[in-house]
Amino acid sequence: MTSGTIRKSYEGIVACLPVTIPYRRYSTNSAQWWLGRALHELTKRARLGLKDIDGFAVSSFTVGPDTAVGLTQHFGLSPRWLDHIPFGGASGIVALRRAARAVQAGDADMVACVAGDTNHVDSFRKMLSTFSRFAQDAVYPYGSGGANASFALITKNYMNTYGAKREDFAKICIAQRDNAISIPHAMMKKRLTLDEYMSARPIADPIHLFDCVMPCAGAEALVVCREDTAKSLNLPGVRILSTIERHNAFATDPMQVRGGWELDVGELWSMAGLMPKDVDFVQTYDDYPVISMMQFEDLGFCSKGEGPDFVRSHTLTNDGTFPHNTSGGQLSVGQAGAAGGFLGLVEAMRQLTSQPLGSKVPDANACLVSGFGIINYDRGLSSCAAILARLA
Amino acid sequence: MTEPLVRPKRKNPLKRTRLPLSPQGVRSRTAHGLTAAAAEGRFALQVCLDCNTVTYPPRDACPSCLSARLPFRDVDCGGTLIAETTVQTSTDPYFRERTPWRVGTVKLDAGPVIVAHLHGDAVEGERVRLQLKLDKSGSAIAMALPEKDTENMADDVHLREMTCDPKFRRILITDGRNTVGQAMAKAFSDAGASIIFVGIADAWKPFPGLGDLRKIEHVEIVPLDVTDTESVTEQAEQNGARIDIVVNTAEHIRAGGVVDRHGLTVAREEIDVRYLGLTRLAQAFGPILRFRGADGVNSAAAFVNLLSVHALMNWPAYGSYSATEAACLSAAQCMRAELRPGGVKVLNVFFGPLDTEWFQTVPPPKVTPAALANAVVRALQQGVEDAFVGDVAEDIRQRLAVNPKALEREMAT
Repeated sequence: MTSGTIRKSYEGIVACLPVTIPYRRYSTNSAQWWLGRALHELTKRARLGLKDIDGFAVSSFTVGPDTAVGLTQHFGLSPRWLDHIPFGGASGIVALRRAARAVQAGDADMVACVAGDTNHVDSFRKMLSTFSRFAQDAVYPYGSGGANASFALITKNYMNTYGAKREDFAKICIAQRDNAISIPHAMMKKRLTLDEYMSARPIADPIHLFDCVMPCAGAEALVVCREDTAKSLNLPGVRILSTIERHNAFATDPMQVRGGWELDVGELWSMAGLMPKDVDFVQTYDDYPVISMMQFEDLGFCSKGEGPDFVRSHTLTNDGTFPHNTSGGQLSVGQAGAAGGFLGLVEAMRQLTSQPLGSKVPDANACLVSGFGIINYDRGLSSCAAILARLA
Repeated sequence: MTEPLVRPKRKNPLKRTRLPLSPQGVRSRTAHGLTAAAAEGRFALQVCLDCNTVTYPPRDACPSCLSARLPFRDVDCGGTLIAETTVQTSTDPYFRERTPWRVGTVKLDAGPVIVAHLHGDAVEGERVRLQLKLDKSGSAIAMALPEKDTENMADDVHLREMTCDPKFRRILITDGRNTVGQAMAKAFSDAGASIIFVGIADAWKPFPGLGDLRKIEHVEIVPLDVTDTESVTEQAEQNGARIDIVVNTAEHIRAGGVVDRHGLTVAREEIDVRYLGLTRLAQAFGPILRFRGADGVNSAAAFVNLLSVHALMNWPAYGSYSATEAACLSAAQCMRAELRPGGVKVLNVFFGPLDTEWFQTVPPPKVTPAALANAVVRALQQGVEDAFVGDVAEDIRQRLAVNPKALEREMAT
């Protein structure tokens, strides 16, 4: 059900000021603290006053009982545009596209998009058991394996259907680890060998230890504003060529073998005026490697079922072919709750402005970033993607 | 094929008893529609009255037409197990000590996809049937069983967590003087119980059936009088720690209403045997059962109440008796809440008039003691919480569901 209307471009709008508050495995601080640190870092680096931020979008799982409204008082903001986007792995791109439209329409001039979560010693278990009503009623009572068990079923079905092997997922994880080596705050930055991957502790067959992200605390943030505003503040920005977003696609597929990207991928590329071969690197949402593989397929880099072959034919590293998750992704850096939905986006902005935290992708001029989120019952419901480019 | 259970060895008294834990039992109010079905051993899902879509997980609007008319209805339980996993690492303490634990995704012929516990004989890619069971938290879960029965399938460790199978368990039948108690001993012996303690009050008083009772394998006659607090306490001290299922067979059945019966003598006896008898048993055995809810193969599993179906709707011909049964039903509901932390089920078995001398004047259909006893064993094997035995009990259950007021009027005639 793609609309026939030609969507308006994001011309004149940029994303700038990528901010990362270094992750920690556990934190005794609150989500509000982490979000506050990210917001502080944004304003410091841009030399902005709080009153200059007239738009605010926040994403967090652990900020409850607060909402974005309460946070304005907590942080002393008085925005005229406000959004609360607790969309997990889809948070970043959804925030970006909403903020871009708000700025384009003149509803706000300077939108701070912030995502962050804390990780107390027992907060992960508590979050799993109350993640959603369907999870509470129909998932958590079944072994309480959390997302690991749900994605184990998805991975198993994908392997049964398309012949993917554990070695293929290993390739994704190992390449990301290579990309993470130079990221100072990565949770895991010891090189991973195929042997270590294959012999790792089983978590929920076929998911083993290195297929899982490490829950941690952290925050990510960025600013969306007009290109001229960014220039006047001397902030390097990136262009937004196109975006897509979709929720609860393919509800009648008995198991998830594709995400909503497949519905909207044509529009994504045509709006950007690019082809998949034209991007220099790709950031997928990597809560589990099978989901990255599905994104390669659904976003047009190969056909459905060819994910395993596609992975086999690329290095996926920053210095090789098809650089993927160039800062190591969540599989190496860690999953700081909703900040995981910003991780790839923020890293893409850094690569496209030649200021990466880690190793540089050569000649990085355009990229695709995708998001995926909210395993409400048996599958991830939200999918989104954006194509970004270096400012001329 | 399931590995048959091994008869548990005598427990080492120096070993710590593993304390019972429960899986997450919190459910949305709507999801307890599944609990209601599981309690009776039915497989029911929400069916949209406007577009016939069968839906799961439980919800408050139909995902096909947004109708709010989504009652739980019995549906076909057949499907295919499309993917399975074995959870090795769980965040939940209950599952943590029970891993590896298999779960899988079942595509039901009726439409929905259900994440379910897997019986050991359920095979990926093959046909399965789903059942709703009550887990140790007392809330409903779906379990996929192989399409056809397999050998020793009741011994499957995952399934046995959801049932109260008497096999290798030790039973207390509280009153062996009556025919129901005697039939119960036979049924539990046939079901593989390892000891059947049968309570007898005033052992010096002879009673019919004693000879046959003694001949039943694994029966051990013990002194027990449910009207005597000391006797009940003593029995609990003596054998409580090795009793896994208590079946209260104490009965007191007399005709007569509330207005038309003279004096309180019979009513007092009814209450003493039934309501206070149950209370004595609950106080003496309940805490030990609850403590032993996770004590291995022969963990404490259930407390069984035999209740006249007239506990649910008074039968004026036996009006005072019905009232006492209703008191016992209410107490049973309380016991459920109190024993649930131990994962111990309270099974209420509702029966119509029995084919025994106290219902001599009542016309058929009636329930034989053997039929009642077999129904109790079956209910425990299935792990249900409410069972209705006999045509009268089923009739009353159905009429209650339709129009309780009509039933109240009709019971008078």
